[in-house]
Formats: sequence, structure tokens, C-alpha cells
Amino acid sequence: MCATCGCSPLTELVDPEQYGGHGHGHGHGVDGHEHGHEHDHGVPVPRTVTLEEAVLAKNDELAVDNRVWLAERGILALNVMSSPGSGKTTLLERTIRDLGLDVPVSVIEGDQETPLDADRIKSTGAPVIQINTGSGCHLDAPMVGRALTTLDPPQGSVVFIENVGNLVCPALFDLGEAGRVVIMSVTEGADKPLKYPHMFRTADLMLVNKVDLLPYVDFDVDACVAAARRASPDVEVISVSATRGDGLADWYTWLREHLG
Amino acid sequence: MHELSITKSIVDQVQARMGDAQIRRMQVEIGKLSGIVPDSVQFCFETVVVGTTLEGAVLEVVEPFGSAHCHDCGADFPTDEVLPLCRCGSADIQVLGGRELRIREVEVVECARPADAHP
Repeated sequence: MCATCGCSPLTELVDPEQYGGHGHGHGHGVDGHEHGHEHDHGVPVPRTVTLEEAVLAKNDELAVDNRVWLAERGILALNVMSSPGSGKTTLLERTIRDLGLDVPVSVIEGDQETPLDADRIKSTGAPVIQINTGSGCHLDAPMVGRALTTLDPPQGSVVFIENVGNLVCPALFDLGEAGRVVIMSVTEGADKPLKYPHMFRTADLMLVNKVDLLPYVDFDVDACVAAARRASPDVEVISVSATRGDGLADWYTWLREHLG
Repeated sequence: MHELSITKSIVDQVQARMGDAQIRRMQVEIGKLSGIVPDSVQFCFETVVVGTTLEGAVLEVVEPFGSAHCHDCGADFPTDEVLPLCRCGSADIQVLGGRELRIREVEVVECARPADAHP
């Protein structure tokens, strides 16, 4: 708004080429007021500025920084995502204990509130950072970047980023991970990959967890795998039970292969 | 609800690019397959812009469709589904586009009077 005459920005749209930048007298006489001064302005000039800027550009840039930082250190970072209660933390506890000193593991825990998951990981002896997102429903690249700097994981190690339990929002945010692991449990619906396609579309590996419960639940593993492959045709699938140990050898082989 | 942080990002990015300029309209592109709900962004926008140079601005949302190609029958068709099916019944579909999430343009209103002009 012009401080002299208070030309409102809410005037009718005009062509900026027509009005911009040329000097002329104040032309307000038509609507009944005169200022008695001359200066180089007239109608407030609306100007359209083309930005063509990706909305997540900042997150994506920081994700690239994280990816470079991790690659320089030969660290395998995996973004672990699932619904709440699919067994992410249980799987990580078991994985850390089974891998022992062979593969150093650190964990970044994402939850809206409480350090409970970090406490569980800490009891395994692995370094862990808890991120509480408060009202946030996902981790983002700057959060993970800060956590990585604090954790300072050793060369050649694995960092599990346990995202907030949520099959929707985390899918959209690149954290700089080398791979995405989505966990489904057999107590959920086998059609979940079709209902939450954004999450499964970018998955590199789907772990079907809690297979020890298959005798007690109505869950069609083949249908679930078919659904996941509709979303992501090349997704790898391993059926596991983090409590009983089924399939974990395959999961550890997958990890070692990706650690390179 | 990731739309809140998406909307904050939109407002932050516009402020970073446009400085103190008062924004009166902005246009964003939210593809039909982007996983972002435009109504939620509109809802969050009204709250997020309070006290910023975007307060009072009109948010226009353009929602491009994706384009699907059926590997079985060769049909090409627009789609607003992430996992579309072809009319021939095939699910072997390649989807391109529709995932845009971009700030296209903003409209600012400037007084042409030079900053050093007499009061």
C-alpha cells in the first residue's frame, strides 16, 4: 500500500506492462479526491511472479545432503515405516540382538511423544536418538540430519530410522535413506497396500511380520504380496516373525547385501 | 496430517523468495496423485498465513491428472488414481505425472512510487 495516498492493493487487476514504472501525475481526480502532489506512481501494480518451485525442495535438498553424508561413511540408512503396532520396534530389538557385534547398528526413533521406544532400543545396547514430533505425523530430512550428526554412527554401520507409525504422511518425505522398508503385520488387512498406495509405491522391501499368528487370523499372504506388487512391481518381500524368529535369516541376508 | 507441514513449507518458500512483498494471490499445483489433499491445504493456509505477507492472499490450486499407459492394450488415458485399472481389465499400467507439488506463481501488488520519493 502506498504510504502517501493509501492506494489499496485490492484494486482491480491491471496489466503491469501498461502501468509499471512510468511517471505521471496523481490521477485520483476521477474518484473525487486530489492530493496536490506529483510523484512517480499511480495505480498499485499487480505483478505476477513465476516461481515454479517444488514445495518439498528444501526437504529434498537436505535429504540429498543426508544421503551424501551417509554414503561418504559407508553407512546404510533404512527408513522403516508401518502402521502403529506392526512390530517395528520389536523387529529392531531382535535384529540388533541377533546381529550383535557383527554389524554395528544405531537407531533414530520417531514418535509423536514419549521416549519409550528409545528406551527399548537402549536396552539392547545400541546407540539411539529419540525424535518426538509433537503434533507432527512424520519425520523429515532436517530432523534426521540433526539426529545423524548427534548419533555420529561408525563407518560401515546400519542406521534404522524408525518413522512415526503412520502409513500416510511419512511416504512423502525423503529422509536421505538408501532404502525403504515397509512392515505389514498379519493382524492387519491384506489389502492395505491398495488402500495406502503412496506408502507401498516407494517400498524397496516389505516385511510381512507376525507370521506366527497366521493360524489364528484370516490373512492371505499371497493376496497381500500381489497387492504390494501392484503398487511397487519390484518390491521384495520377506515373511518374518520378530518374536519367534521365522524368516529373520533372510532379513539379515538382505541387510548384509545392502550394506555392501 | 502432512498438509500442515506442506502448507508451512509453501508459505516459508514464498516468503523466502518474495521478501516483504505483500502477496495477494498464489497458485500452486497439487497433482491428483500427489497424496496431498487440496482442501486440507486450503484449510491450513488460512491459519498458517496469519501475521505473514500472505495474510489475506487467495490460494488457487490447480490439480493436474496423471496420464496412464496400459502395457497390455496400449491405451492411454488420464487418471486420478494412484493404482489405476485399464478399461481392458489390466492392472499393468504405467502412470506418468499427476504427482506435482509446486508453487507456480504469486501475485504481488507494488506501488510504482520509488522508495526515495518525497513523502
